[in-house]
Amino acid sequence: MDVMPKWAEVVLVPLISLILAALISALVILGIGEDPIAAVELMVTGALGSTYGWGYTLYYATNFLFTGLAVSVAFHAGLFNIGGEGQAMLGGLGVALACLLIPWPHWTLALLGASLAAALFGAAWAAIPAFLQAKRGSHIVITTIMFNFIGAAVLNYVLVNVMRPAGSMDPATARFPEAVHLPTLHDILGVVGISFSRAAPANITFLIAIVACFLVWLLLWRTWLGYEIRSYGKSEPAAKYAGISPVAITMIAMLISGALAGLMAINNVMGEAERLVLNAVEGAGFIGIAVALMGRSHPFGVFLAALLFGFLYQGGAELALWTSIPRELIVVIQALVILFTGALDNMVRMPLEKLFLLLKRKEA
Amino acid sequence: MADNAPAIELKGISKAFGPVQANKDISISVMPGTIHGIIGENGAGKSTLMSILYGFYKADRGEIFISGRKTEIPDSQAAISAGIGMVFQHFKLVENFTVLENIILGAEDGGLLRPSLAKARKTLVELEQEYGLNVDPDAVIQDLGVGMQQRVEILKALYRQADILILDEPTGVLTPAEADQLFRILGRLREEGKTIILITHKLREIMEATDTVSVMRRGEMTATVKTHQTSPAELAELMVGRKVLLRVDKKPATTGDVVLDIKGLRVVDDQKVERLKGIDLQVRAGEILGIAGVAGNGQSELLEVLGGYEKATGSITLNGQPLDLTGKGSDGRTRRQRGIGHVPEDRQREGLIMDFSAWENTAFGYHRAPGYQNGVLMDNSAIREDTAAKMQRFDVRPPNPSLAAKSFSGGNQQKIVLAREIERNPDLLLVGQPTRGVDIGAIEFIHQQIVALRDQGKAILLVSVELEEILALADRVAVMFDGVIMGERMSDQTDEKELGLLMAGVAA
Repeated sequence: MDVMPKWAEVVLVPLISLILAALISALVILGIGEDPIAAVELMVTGALGSTYGWGYTLYYATNFLFTGLAVSVAFHAGLFNIGGEGQAMLGGLGVALACLLIPWPHWTLALLGASLAAALFGAAWAAIPAFLQAKRGSHIVITTIMFNFIGAAVLNYVLVNVMRPAGSMDPATARFPEAVHLPTLHDILGVVGISFSRAAPANITFLIAIVACFLVWLLLWRTWLGYEIRSYGKSEPAAKYAGISPVAITMIAMLISGALAGLMAINNVMGEAERLVLNAVEGAGFIGIAVALMGRSHPFGVFLAALLFGFLYQGGAELALWTSIPRELIVVIQALVILFTGALDNMVRMPLEKLFLLLKRKEA
Repeated sequence: MADNAPAIELKGISKAFGPVQANKDISISVMPGTIHGIIGENGAGKSTLMSILYGFYKADRGEIFISGRKTEIPDSQAAISAGIGMVFQHFKLVENFTVLENIILGAEDGGLLRPSLAKARKTLVELEQEYGLNVDPDAVIQDLGVGMQQRVEILKALYRQADILILDEPTGVLTPAEADQLFRILGRLREEGKTIILITHKLREIMEATDTVSVMRRGEMTATVKTHQTSPAELAELMVGRKVLLRVDKKPATTGDVVLDIKGLRVVDDQKVERLKGIDLQVRAGEILGIAGVAGNGQSELLEVLGGYEKATGSITLNGQPLDLTGKGSDGRTRRQRGIGHVPEDRQREGLIMDFSAWENTAFGYHRAPGYQNGVLMDNSAIREDTAAKMQRFDVRPPNPSLAAKSFSGGNQQKIVLAREIERNPDLLLVGQPTRGVDIGAIEFIHQQIVALRDQGKAILLVSVELEEILALADRVAVMFDGVIMGERMSDQTDEKELGLLMAGVAA
């Protein structure tokens, strides 16, 4: 069965997929008359060449970490949560309410309270599709997509009609008070004497995201609940046999997934914008699907994939800023990465498996 | 072409997968108009050999002759045009197509369906008359029983003008009666000059149906003999490489108190069909109660209710204490805590998670048990150690707890399940189809383990569609038909004939 060694499966397959995506991207850039090597150089220096670039790369990566983890947890239960976008939006609403309504004495307490609110709102938004799936068999893919639209509409209404400060023309909440501003990487690294760009939005949430990775790993592979989630995801009849409740696991896995997606709001709403604006999530919920696919739904893989997509986002922004390569091309590059690492996985895997089979036979 | 050339002749076929030599220098020749059995344990290389013959694999060495002519079979299309038809263990039919549509699928003449269907209908009628294979051409596959579906597979091969039919474990899914019908059909096909290769691990089928038999062991052909010149014991020895007990060696049961007491048990399924219509059963400590019956007469539902994942009405007591049949306590975990072990009928679908490792599977169902916990985390190293010990005691090969369940043979998978359930020392063990798809060497071991548990004074409820197995293992037999118990017999005071009548719903 397992023809390939584990390292080839985990490292080689995504790596080759990435190289293929990069090659095709290079061809496309050539095709519009630009220099692909210069473009890569610009992306690398723009995203990784300065602490400012890193600050943005890590900021985006933090968003993708949360949404990627969200998709992964649901995926282990055999559920395809496409609703990370909506859950993260509602998480933002939770953060905004927590930050604006409660007079926090210190940012640490605010962070705790806002995290709780973000997770609760995200989980609540996932709870309805989860319940419909568990009890009525309504397909989670359909319902979570629908809830993305409903979520966007709810936010639109709330921002325009309820939370917009009187007299403001902008569909956004008021700025959060000073006390709830989160320390940025500049502040944190400054403590240990490392200078980091003041302007970049990466903040303490990045560290929380890393902790979340570890906790998700612990949950899935070291607790009986994770064991039940994975069992149910592999085989529902077997789960029933073992006394695992399909309804309970569907609900729990989706609540955890929604909470993780909601937690993203700590980063973009509380950490960066410091107020809630329209379309705050900017598609990170969908990127999370690609991140989870590429990361093989493993927290460590998700971590690497989130960094890669953070790099693509920031590098792409730089590219659009400094060259005549249009912004749309960045989307093409990202799409190619998703296409090769997600959808065309077998295209790389099958020849590779054959190769390893051949090598094995030679040895024998 | 010589008249008395073999229909199929294989010379020196070898095939290796990596370091595993699946077929080693295999030669057989099968004369036309005969039924040739190929018997061997799981993993002996039977399926590989047939896959080479059907063009799925390419042999590393060796030659294939069809009717005396050297033939290359690079793919299944070539096999079909060489006159080889294959009936797989798992049918390859489109469930919501009719019989006729399935038969022409892939063998249509031209782009228009109507003329193909008309032609197929005509041919089908001829085939039916010639071989006595009656199937309604307009029936939809999903409405047909497995026996009928298998006939469609045979008709598919015949429609493609197969002269050589290969059947891979054809009775695995059939009831005894359906199996008998199949063998009658095969006999008829042989009379009409077809050549049949029957792959099986059941000795009885070989003895009943074949003219010649080849035995495979570890990739080699250990013997080819005329069936009437051999005996089951000899074949078993050739297969396993040592003497095998074909009868289960057991003492008379010494029974104790009633462990399981079922009264008026009813189950209504999602389609509002009553599956169990008032079952009364008792199992005592130290006895094996066998439930005989054709598959689908309520045995599965009975196991599911007892296992905690099917709702029911009526009453069940275990050691005098009632079991919850509908509420919070009617789940697999509570049942296990109450002392019910369960070896499910379909180990690959229910009993194991095929992608999980052996050690993860050993915790399956007991994953919240105190011994497997270390605070809030699971104690994976304790589970691994426990698994290694269980694998040792149950002779699971290879004894590697990290290997995925799907990498083990059927017999070893079953041993993993059995070790998990038996070693929890249950008061009542539910066993469904304990030896389905299990090789002879492992069958002997599995039967011994079940009897050993009985001798420790435990109650055992055995469900099997193999009457032979029921008669060999059970102390008492209850026959189920259409959701009711048709009768109970002591197993030493009954025979296959009497039980067969009860299984057919004929009250004695």
